[in-house]
Parts: sequence; C-alpha cells; structure tokens
Amino acid sequence: MSDALLQAVDLHKHYRLPREQLLAARPLVQALAGVSFTLRRGRSLGIVGESGSGKSTLARLVMALEAPTAGQVLFDGQDLNRLAPGALRRARAGFQMVFQDPYGSLDPRRRVLQTVAEPLAVLHGASRAEQRERAAEALDAVGLRSADLDKYPHEFSGGQRQRIAIARALITRPRLIVADEPVSALDVSVQAQVLNLMQDLQDRFEVTYLFISHDLAVVDLVCDEVIVLQQGRIVEQGHPDQLFHQPQHPYTQRLLAAVPGNAGRIAPT
Amino acid sequence: MPELLTVTDLRVTLNTARGQADALRGVSFSMARGDTLGLIGESGCGKSITALALMGLLPEGAKVSGSIVFDGQPMTTLAEAQLCRIRGNRIGMVFQEPMTALNPLHTVARQIGESLRLHKGLSGAAARAEALRLLERVRLPQAAQRLDAHPHQLSGGQRQRVVIAIALACGPDLLVADEPTTALDVTIQREVLDLIAELVREDGMGLLLISHDLGVMADTVQRMLVMYGGTVVESGPTAAIFARLAHPYSRGLFAARPRLGLARGTRLATIPGRVPELIDLPPGCPFADRCQLVIDECRRAPPPPQIVSAGHEVRCIRWDQA
Repeated sequence: MSDALLQAVDLHKHYRLPREQLLAARPLVQALAGVSFTLRRGRSLGIVGESGSGKSTLARLVMALEAPTAGQVLFDGQDLNRLAPGALRRARAGFQMVFQDPYGSLDPRRRVLQTVAEPLAVLHGASRAEQRERAAEALDAVGLRSADLDKYPHEFSGGQRQRIAIARALITRPRLIVADEPVSALDVSVQAQVLNLMQDLQDRFEVTYLFISHDLAVVDLVCDEVIVLQQGRIVEQGHPDQLFHQPQHPYTQRLLAAVPGNAGRIAPT
Repeated sequence: MPELLTVTDLRVTLNTARGQADALRGVSFSMARGDTLGLIGESGCGKSITALALMGLLPEGAKVSGSIVFDGQPMTTLAEAQLCRIRGNRIGMVFQEPMTALNPLHTVARQIGESLRLHKGLSGAAARAEALRLLERVRLPQAAQRLDAHPHQLSGGQRQRVVIAIALACGPDLLVADEPTTALDVTIQREVLDLIAELVREDGMGLLLISHDLGVMADTVQRMLVMYGGTVVESGPTAAIFARLAHPYSRGLFAARPRLGLARGTRLATIPGRVPELIDLPPGCPFADRCQLVIDECRRAPPPPQIVSAGHEVRCIRWDQA
C-alpha cells in the first residue's frame, strides 16, 4: 500500500522490573505483544484501552523514543530504528507529539516563542527571524495571536496551553501527530474547542493522527479506525461505527458498558 | 424528615495574587439523610470550594459568610477542635487522587484505623479488625493480606477503595466525594461509582458528589446543582434537569460533550469565550458574556431564581426563550 504513512509490524516491547528477591531473575513485563497496524495518510487511528494496556508504550515506540524489543516501526517506509542518529533527528520533523497535561508539558520558565520554535531550532538551525515567523504562523493556526509569543505559560488557561502544545507540534509541518490523551485534562467546553481545532487542522494541513484516548466518545468522533488494546495485544480493530455499535470482543463490550451516562439516562439530542 | 445539611447564602472570598476574589456568591441547598446530591461545573466554578467550606478546610485568609448547618450545628462558627470531632467522623471524604490522599509511608490498616482510634477510641487490635471488615465491605480482593500493604503496592482502583474504606470507617452521616473517579479507568470508575451508590443506600448516608462529568451525575445522583462563576445557575431533580436543560450554560455543557455515535468529523457545539476568572466576574449574570440569549437586563443584577417546575430552579431571566 503506497499511501501508508505509518506501519507497525509485529511490535513487541518488554520491560524488566526490579528484582523482587536477591537471587531471583528480574521479572519481565510484556507491555506490547505483537501489535501491527497500518495508518494511511490524512487518516486518524484511535487507540483505546485502560491503564497498563500498552497505549503509551505504543506512542513512545512510534515516536522512536524507545526501541521495540522486536518488530518494526516504518514511517514513510523507513524503519526508524535503523536510521543513524542524525538521520533520525531529521526524520523527526515528520512526526510530532502532543501530550496529555498542558501544565506539565510546557516549560514554565520559557516564553511561548522559545517553546514553540524549539523543534525548528533543533532540527534545522533556523534563524531567529525565521523561527519567529514560523512560530507566529503556528500560533495563528491554533487560534492564538502572535502577541502571545512573548508571554509565559502561566498567563494562559488550560485550553490555551494545549493550543500552544499543538502549535509546537505543528511548527515542523509534520505529517503525523501522535496525540496521547490530548483532551483528558481539559474541561468539557474547552475539550470541545480543542477537538474541533484538531479536526480543522487535519482538513487544512492533511495531518495524520495517531490518537490515544481512554474516552471512547472522543475516539468515535475523531477517528476513522480504532484499535482496542488489552494487556499489550490488539483484541479488536475496526471502523468506529461498527466497533462501538456491535462490539465483538467481551473487553470492548465491557468498556462500552462502563461509559457514564451510556445506560440511556441521558437522552440523545 | 429533618434536614441533615442546610447551606444558606454561602459566600466565600479568597485572597488571590490579584486581590480578593468572590469564589462563592450565595450558594444555598439542603439535603436529608439518604439524599444524593451532585455539584457539577467546570474548573473554577466553586464546586470544590463549596465542599472545602462544608468541612472547614478553606485556605488561609478565606472569608466566609452565610450559614452551614450540619445536623443542627452551625459549622461556620465552630472552633477547630469541634470541627475535628465532625470531620472524618460524621462527615467522610473521598478525594480525586487516591495516591495523594493516602500516606505513602503508612500501611493500609494503620490509615483506616487512624480515625477509629481517634474518634471511637478503639484499641490497636480492635481498629485492625474493623479495618479488615471495612476492606471486605469495599470489596478489596484479598483484604486480609492487604492490611499490611503500602499504597504503592495497590492499583489505582484498589487505592480508591482504601480511601472509601477510610471515609466510611466511623459510619458518617454524610459522604463528600470530590471527583472520586476522575483518575480511574472507565471500567474501574463504573465499579467504584456502583460501590459508592450501594454503600450510601445501605447506610442511609447523604452523598454530596462533585464531578465535571454529566454522565457520572446522570448515573449516580437524584438531584444536582449546576454551578458557574460561584453561583448555582440551575438546580433540581437530575431527570428534570436533563429533560429540560433550562440554563443556557447547562445546554452548552451538554452539547459540548462528545457522545458515542456522532458522525466522524462532526464539530462539537462550543460555548464561545472562556470561563472568566473569579476576580473578573461581571456584576450581573456570570454567564452573560458567553450567552447567546443575553440582553441588557442580564448584565444589571444577578438574575433571581425562576421556577421551571416543582423543585427545578434556574437563574436565568431568559430561560423560556430557548
């Protein structure tokens, strides 16, 4: 398939835990056990599952922040783990990440300009003027003003901070954005604004999303395809309409049954 | 039936970096034993400040007016020593983050036993036996083996069960739960909410549940208060509120929720603007600047409560225009 942007091929990741007894072997945790998928350009793939299901491990492998124990991550056909360090750094312009907590992910002592332009400075050694211009463009894309470049994170609300985090991800004009619970820390009305923004950006810039969330309704809204992870394995995969209406796997059924208000007590509008 | 808790015109002023901010501007409600009441709203609406005021745990320098009467006692005028006899004894508390609510250095048995020794004068052995009974009641698996566990040895859901066991230890009349399941996975959240609902029913306690999640409210409480800018903008039976979202803010909040079954790419309805800081709240309706129904009169004075139906009130002079 030529329009595949990201491919995970039989990914395994093991972690060794600290020794429990002096002479015993260190116990092994299988965080991911054979995960494969293909994400096409301009599409969105949702990853759902509970704590410990391997969602965030998957994000770290895709971002090449960690190497898989076995298997491959192919970004645009390139195996990220076989690239030389310099080539990997250049390739990173193509995939960026947005984290859950906009309070923790922005450096409180840096101005917005430094934070947003940092990927450019690192990747291309862009000039000051170019950094400022591109940072202003990125802020404009997320609905903030260029005057905000000289402010510090504490001057912004949670929703605005998440916009800044998205601007930072956008500045390298990436083709893939990995978003790990990007709206979980936000209030309901702010969450709606950020979700709308992410969808608008996809329409404008044709970015591809790998969207990790525990919130099934959010994934249903944003994604073209969904993977349900349980204990490091894919237990179900499919189109959200089908997967959320006729879940086949008992675990997916359990997740759906647990969604608050899903018992029909909130009438659909 | 005598009221368990009556809050009348509660006002709280906090010291902030920018000066005095009115965090609560006249909150009134009451509940009887066995009632389940929900406070819902977004960050900064005053829902947690309401809970802290109830328990006398407001930050230093906070000014409180109005009255809080718990089982006949005026809480706002009690001395700290008297409050200590009520907190953790007659009023149990469950917080959002079980890892920070628990002491990482103490065993589960010791943390549950603490209030039993303090309030009920139980001996160490009796407190330990009671702790085991409580852990079994909150259905912590392998309760007996877990008595000597430390919090880090438990999962998030197990820790929250321990926190609930602590809250229930002295058989409180009122359980205050501030976002008790927000930090938990969705299936664990369901189990913990079901557990809380069951315990409240069995013991006939009152439950004051604080949450930002409309779905959690719909599943758990009989009545709810929708808060915005330190005021209760809508109050009534949960079913009545969901059937007739009378306040524009309640409607906005409801419409902004992503719901299962929305078509891919649907844009969610958003509430324009952002939550004003408490210190910048306008003199009239706090929601006026974000409301589509706003008229000049809304900005003049805080809107008085209007009756929507029996027990269902809304603070909006334009509620029947939508």
